[in-house]
Amino acid sequence: MIGRAHIFADNVNTDIIIPAAYLNTYDPLILGKHAMEGIDPGFSSRVKSGDIIVAGCNFGCGSSREHAPIAIKSCGISAVVASSFARIFYRNAINIGLPALVSPDSGSAEDGDELEILMEKGAIRNLTRQETYRFAPMPGFLLAILNDGGLLEHTRKRLGR
Amino acid sequence: MLEAGKDNTFVTVTTVAKIRKEFNEGPGNCRSASVLDRRVFGHDRMTIVEKLLGWSSGTEKVSPGMIVESRRLDLVLVNDVTGPLAIDQFRKIGVERVFDPSKIALVMDHYAPNKDVMSAAQCTMLREFAREMGIKSFWEIGRCGIEHVLLPESGLVKPGMIIVGADSHTCTYGALGAFATGIGSTEAAVAMATGKCWFRVPESQLHRIDGRLGRYVTSKDVILTVIGKIGVEGASYMSMEFSGSTVRAMSVDSRATMCNMAIEAGAKCGVVEPDETTIRYVAERTAKPIRVENLCSDEDCTYAARFEFDARTIEPVVALPPLPSNCVPAADASHVEIDQAFLGSCTNGKLEDLCIAAELLKGEKVNPRVRMIVIPATWRIYREAMQRGYLSIFLDAGACVSCPTCGPCLGGHMGVLADGEVCVSSTNRNFVGRMGSTKSEVYLASPATVAASAITGHITDPRTIR
Repeated sequence: MIGRAHIFADNVNTDIIIPAAYLNTYDPLILGKHAMEGIDPGFSSRVKSGDIIVAGCNFGCGSSREHAPIAIKSCGISAVVASSFARIFYRNAINIGLPALVSPDSGSAEDGDELEILMEKGAIRNLTRQETYRFAPMPGFLLAILNDGGLLEHTRKRLGR
Repeated sequence: MLEAGKDNTFVTVTTVAKIRKEFNEGPGNCRSASVLDRRVFGHDRMTIVEKLLGWSSGTEKVSPGMIVESRRLDLVLVNDVTGPLAIDQFRKIGVERVFDPSKIALVMDHYAPNKDVMSAAQCTMLREFAREMGIKSFWEIGRCGIEHVLLPESGLVKPGMIIVGADSHTCTYGALGAFATGIGSTEAAVAMATGKCWFRVPESQLHRIDGRLGRYVTSKDVILTVIGKIGVEGASYMSMEFSGSTVRAMSVDSRATMCNMAIEAGAKCGVVEPDETTIRYVAERTAKPIRVENLCSDEDCTYAARFEFDARTIEPVVALPPLPSNCVPAADASHVEIDQAFLGSCTNGKLEDLCIAAELLKGEKVNPRVRMIVIPATWRIYREAMQRGYLSIFLDAGACVSCPTCGPCLGGHMGVLADGEVCVSSTNRNFVGRMGSTKSEVYLASPATVAASAITGHITDPRTIR
C-alpha cells in the first residue's frame, strides 16, 4: 500500500470530517465528495487513490456517524494513520474495511511525503524521508474483519451466507 | 419558585406501588410476578462495568483489556441518520429477521420532522423496517422525541442492561446503571441480526463528587468541570464512573446529563451505580423491571484513576469553542455577545432543564438582539412543560418553542448558525461548524446559564440575575 500523506492535527472530529448537512444520505459517492470539508474544503478533489491520512491524537472524536470513515474511504484514502483514535471511529473504520493504524511516532511525516504501509510488519516506511514508523499490531480478530473486507462480509462468512 | 421536576412521573401512583412491591419482593414471592428478569452479580474485585460485561459474556471474572462478546444485548438503537445505513447493511447480511424485535428501537429525531426530501426518505426507511420486522419501539412524529431522553422515559432502559446504539450519546443510559455505548451503523446492523457485539473491557475512572451544589449550579456545570480537568481524551476508551454524595442527591435526569457527556472525554461509557432513585425512576415507567443484585463496584476493585471534586467549589461554567474541555467560569466569558441561545438536546432538554430556565425567564424578556430557541426533548416533556406554565413563560419572554428534534445541536435544521454568529447552547459539542457555519461559534453551558445569557445578550453567570 503506497500513497501520499495528507497531514492533519489533533482532535479531528466527525463534524469536520463530514458536516451534518450531508447526513441526509449515506451514498458513498456523495459523502466522498465532501470528505474533510469542515476543515479543508477541496480535500476530496486533491486526493489521489491510495493516499494516506496522517493525523495527531484523538482522530475521529465526536459522533458515531459511520458516514465519516465512509467519506474518507470513498474519496480514495487507503488508510488513516494517527497517534490515537476515538473509539467509535476506530471501530467504524475497521468495520467498513478502512485500515486505522495507531502510530504515535508518525508525527514527523509531512504533507505530500510518499508512504508505504507494510501491514504484516507493523511498519510504515516514509520513502521521501527514509524513515520508518511503527504501528501497534491489531488484535487477530480485528485483522480478520479487515481482511474479509469489513464486518458485513465477515459476518456473512461467519453465518455461512 | 417553580416546582423542580423531581416528580416527573407519567403513570398512576397505584401502578407504581404495585410495581415497587413486586420489584422488592422479587419473582419468588410474587404470584403475578411481572419481574421475570433477575441478574445476580458477584463479588470479585470488579467495577460495575466489569461486572456487566462479565455477566453478559458469561465470563465470571473480567479485567480491563480483555475482549469479550456480549451474547445477549438488551437493546439496539438506531436513529434516522444512522438507521437507514444500518438497515441497508442488515439486508446485505442475508438474514430474514432481527434477533428480537422487542429489543430494537428506531427513533426519528435528528432530521425529524422531515427536514427535506432526502431526510424524509430516511425516515420512511425506519417506518417500513419497523412494520416489516414487527418492532414496537418506534414512535411516529407527535409521540416521538430525542432518543436518549425518550428511551429512559419510556421505561426501556433498566439497571443491569447491555445497550448499544448507533449514536455516540448512547452512553447516557449509564445513568440508570446500564452498560451502554455508541457504535456505528454496520455494527448496529450486525447487532440487530445476531444480538451480539464485542467489547474491549474498559479501564474504569472514578469521579467522586461530594457536597452540595450551589444555587444555579447544575449537573451540566459538574460534567463540564470534569471534562475541563481531564480533557477531551482524558477518559479515552475508559468507563467514567460517577459517585459521591452530590451524584447520589441528583435526579436520574441530572445524572443522565453527566453520563451523556462522557463521550466528550473520549469515554466508552459513563455509569452511576443504581440506587433507590434509579429504582423508583424505572418502576414508575415500566411494568417489567429487571431485578439486579450487587450491581455496584466492589470496594477492592481497581480504578485506572480517581478524581475528587468538591461540589461547593463548582461554579456555573461555559466551554469555549471549539472543544468541550475549554471550561471557564461563565463570569469570565461575560464579554462574549451572543446571537442565539439554545435550550434543548439529549443533554439538557429535560423537564428540570426547562424548569430552571423558566424560573430565570419568568417576567423577563429575551434580549432584542438575541433569538432564543427552546426544544423540549420529548412530547411528554412538552406537555408537562405546557401544563406547568413553562412554555407560556418562554413565549412571553419572546423565545421560540419548537417540537422535539435534535436539529440545532448538530447544525441540522431548526436553528442553524450563519457565518460569524455566536450561540450559547445547552448541548454537548462546540466543535468547529457543529451548529452550522464553520465560521460560527458555540459556547456550551447549563440551561440556567443559557437562560441568563438570553436575557442579557451576553454570556452571563445565572447567579447575577436572581
